[in-house]
Amino acid sequence: MDPVAAKYIGAGLACLGMAGAGIGLGNLFGQFLSGALRNPSAADGQRGTLLLGFALTEALGIFSLLIALLLLFAV
Amino acid sequence: MADPIHQFELKTIATLGKIGGSQIAFTNSSLYMLGAVGLITLFMLWGTSSRAMVPGRIQSMVELCYEFVADTVRSSAGKEGMMFFPLVFSLFMFILVLNLAGMLPYGFTVTSHIIITAAMALLVIGTVVVYGFMKHGMHFLDLFVPKGVHPAMLAILVPIEVISFLSRPISLSVRLFANMLAGHIALKIFAGFIVSLLAAGAWGILSPLPLALTVALTALEMLVAVLQAYVFATLTSIYLHDALHPGH
Repeated sequence: MDPVAAKYIGAGLACLGMAGAGIGLGNLFGQFLSGALRNPSAADGQRGTLLLGFALTEALGIFSLLIALLLLFAV
Repeated sequence: MADPIHQFELKTIATLGKIGGSQIAFTNSSLYMLGAVGLITLFMLWGTSSRAMVPGRIQSMVELCYEFVADTVRSSAGKEGMMFFPLVFSLFMFILVLNLAGMLPYGFTVTSHIIITAAMALLVIGTVVVYGFMKHGMHFLDLFVPKGVHPAMLAILVPIEVISFLSRPISLSVRLFANMLAGHIALKIFAGFIVSLLAAGAWGILSPLPLALTVALTALEMLVAVLQAYVFATLTSIYLHDALHPGH
């Protein structure tokens, strides 16, 4: 296979990792919402934890984007 | 389309001589870092100069920053963790100002270079290791031995704990660097779409779509800029908690 083509295919495949981050983020906000609707008074106190979880989960999706970028520009 | 990586290029402003084979240069990155330190210093000095009982605008902003970081340290590292408050506060303000400076048009994002974030992450982990051994001696290694586990399981769990500890500086630095890098590249690519569409004749009527997306992404990047500074401060506090209380 042409190495340049393989590089682009690899970069595309690396982006599939973002599906995992998508599932994680949906799970995170869905669970928070269902918890918050059951007990709205406790929801405000957990907003910081929610954002922390959001940033940690989102970072994993960005790691896969980083692999794609490394394949495109650095390899 | 414009090269999306071009914005991260280091530009030499002045050369300061050579050490070994490598040149020591004052770059735009150094300029932004000095500017950030100067800005934070001015902001804190200005805010604390009046020391009024009823705070004014600037003083209440300074108090807000202080209380925010102090709450983070207290809740993650405990009361004893407050001895590390100056470190966490400096890191938080430095990253926050640099991230936000990167959001200015034509701005340079210092935190999008892994050498900067790796230096900060190694500083944090170095503090954890040095302080942990100073305070607990060899008992600091209890960190790697979970309590209340069957001894046969330890053969698996101890290597996992060691690997997870060693990967902390990597994940801490790559998280910040990759977030800033990816966000700014995405902004640039969608901004490039506007130019390409406008140049493509009749397709130009579609150009408001990427423009709207760029505006939305800018808002998201503002959130990420603040959030990543907060995450860095929180994780620093959590790691420092390990140095203070190594037993699980």
